[in-house]
Amino acid sequence: MSTETTQQIEQRIAGCTVSEFRGQARVVVPCEAIHEALTLLKNECGFDLLVEITCVDYLNFRDATDRFGLVYLLANSATNERIILRTYVNEPDPSVPTATDLWRGANWMEREVFDMYGINFAGHPDLRRILMPEEFTAFPLRKDYPMQGRGERHNFPVIRRGDA
Amino acid sequence: MTLTLSEINEQRAQQSDYLWTLNFGPQHPATHTTLRLVLQLDGERVVDATPDIGYLHSGFEKLGEHLDYNQYVTITDRMNYISPAANGVAWHHAVENLMDIEITPRCQYIRVICAELCRISDHLLSCGAMGLDTGAFTFFLYAFYQRELIYDIFESLSGQRFHPGYTRVGGLFHDLTDVTIEKIRAFVRGFPKVHGELEKLLNRNRIYVDRTKGVAVLTKEEAINFSATGPIARASGVTRDLRKDEPYLCYADFDFQVPCMKTGDCYARYYVRMREMLESLKIVEQALENLPAGPINVGEDERTALPDKHAVYQSIEGTITHFELVMNNRGFEVPQEEVYGAIESPNGELGFYIVGDGSDVAYRAHCRPPSFIHFAIFPHLIRGHTLSDVVAVLGSLNIIAAELDR
Amino acid sequence: MSQVDLPDDVVITKLDELASWCRKNSLWPMPFATACCGIELMATGASRHDLARFGAEVFRFSPRQCDLMIVAGRVAMKMLPVMQRIWQQMHEPKWCISMGACASTGGVFDTYAVVQGIDRFIPVDMYIPGCPPRPEQLIQAIMDLQEKIQREGTLDGKEFNTSQRQQTKRALTELPIMGQSTVIR
Repeated sequence: MSTETTQQIEQRIAGCTVSEFRGQARVVVPCEAIHEALTLLKNECGFDLLVEITCVDYLNFRDATDRFGLVYLLANSATNERIILRTYVNEPDPSVPTATDLWRGANWMEREVFDMYGINFAGHPDLRRILMPEEFTAFPLRKDYPMQGRGERHNFPVIRRGDA
Repeated sequence: MTLTLSEINEQRAQQSDYLWTLNFGPQHPATHTTLRLVLQLDGERVVDATPDIGYLHSGFEKLGEHLDYNQYVTITDRMNYISPAANGVAWHHAVENLMDIEITPRCQYIRVICAELCRISDHLLSCGAMGLDTGAFTFFLYAFYQRELIYDIFESLSGQRFHPGYTRVGGLFHDLTDVTIEKIRAFVRGFPKVHGELEKLLNRNRIYVDRTKGVAVLTKEEAINFSATGPIARASGVTRDLRKDEPYLCYADFDFQVPCMKTGDCYARYYVRMREMLESLKIVEQALENLPAGPINVGEDERTALPDKHAVYQSIEGTITHFELVMNNRGFEVPQEEVYGAIESPNGELGFYIVGDGSDVAYRAHCRPPSFIHFAIFPHLIRGHTLSDVVAVLGSLNIIAAELDR
Repeated sequence: MSQVDLPDDVVITKLDELASWCRKNSLWPMPFATACCGIELMATGASRHDLARFGAEVFRFSPRQCDLMIVAGRVAMKMLPVMQRIWQQMHEPKWCISMGACASTGGVFDTYAVVQGIDRFIPVDMYIPGCPPRPEQLIQAIMDLQEKIQREGTLDGKEFNTSQRQQTKRALTELPIMGQSTVIR
């Protein structure tokens, strides 16, 4: 991982912290600067491939201060470098600006994060549930949602032999 | 820009009331799996498509937060179920990255053999199903017979023909036996001839070429912008292949090519897959010939790999080690950190983002599913093509619902 | 009563048995394939295992042409209404095979989104264990189902309407939901 990129981000974005673990560079960016950081990385540092957007719920995590951590995995398709961009958002209104204006592939990734964690992506063109049914109300991957659900999975009419 | 269904309805309700809506799926023979498309048609031409997914969402990632690092391999197997062992390789690649375990050379080679056999079987099914949808049933039957041979290999390798669940943290469930090696050798010997026949069936088949060439073109820039990876990106001229670019396991030891094409249409995606099978076969052959001797698991003192079953039942040390590893909070030493590990799965970059919290269960196990990202491209690809192209495009993208919805 | 000698090409049987014999040997499966088991279902129809040997190879994707629904794979919350609708669209007499652990019980997927056994919501005639079952197991299940149809089938489908059968089905669907309150570690 080149230190140039991380240095550049440190200079340009105020309040970010850089760390490294097992050879993977991670940059934690303040929530309001995430779009600026993504634009910088895409347009000036050559990180043109958005690998994935995901989220972690730090509800029961030891020493965690923030509720949700958003993770942007980026890669440079020419030099094969990778960088992990992270930011934290909190209740009651977890919201970040969308990245769909930079990458069209971000559309579904953000919808999935919205579906599973209820994080609002401001400016997203089509922020609907993607995996769960529309009428589902909870956010299943949040840590306070039980694994077996709250009975939604068996809330259906029963068809017997005589009914058909 | 993708329009939502409501926006489409709003915009077009007044001006183009001749458009009609076709519901495609979720239970349809050509989707092969469970996905739904709402197509806006102008006669036979597709004006827009709105995919609707989630019909097989089963909470894989939630399960990952409740099963330990060894148990979760049973779940990852069921993720991309036409190349199960490759998912296990990806998962344990990421886990070993998190725990900083260096696996033994023999284990690396065997994992490569598994992953490449999976690639062949995945491509056989995806090309076969694409042939099936475009009217080439013979190809499907030929391809499926070869898949049965690969199933046989996995059956003698692990005991289960479909979901081997073969990898473990720091090693493998079992070493290769002579029977398995003989079966792989026989497959490597016999497959090129069948592959040649398969190519003869479709490569210059007039109907097939007419239905796939020039259909649903994805340019290189679009491929990168849509985060496409794997054969789909390589058919559009992106040369990225993690096996070459970030050599994991022992891929640096092998001599193989990465097939790429520039046209980016359905035919290119099919052809890249066909060529990749031969390259995978080359890797399997080389790996088998140069298979290093030695143990398959890392040393017992590192407290990561489960001991051999024989040792568990016959010696007190083995029993103790086994119990230490399977008991809650006594097993693995996991840092409280986050890590991403990815491999080149048959469908593209398959990665896991794992958050460890010190216990033997992942705090968060996120999967980067290639099918999900590729299916997002579908509306863009199909716009302007005819209804009959829908199945060809779906087949060429190789969407696996269990990986799509997880 | 005097004994009448039948000509060689005449067979006398009960109408019920004749109907069952016809039905059992021409099962038209509706492959409701959702996940991994669907691939094994394809393998059963493909080269090596060849389901055609049992008269059940005519896979029809339109429910109105089928009389055997094979539910292969887990059924998620979003998919269940679709499955019920397809089941209702099929004509009587119809049968249902629940293929694999996931369709029968939810299998390893005891999560918020997966229905823990389709028999909670539609009637099931045959369960196949395995994750996924081997093609041989599916073939065995189809043979068993054929035997069942021959054994208890009637011309006008009386076997589907017995009150005792309804009761056993009801008992099955009204079982308490297990593990709802506990979290598995």
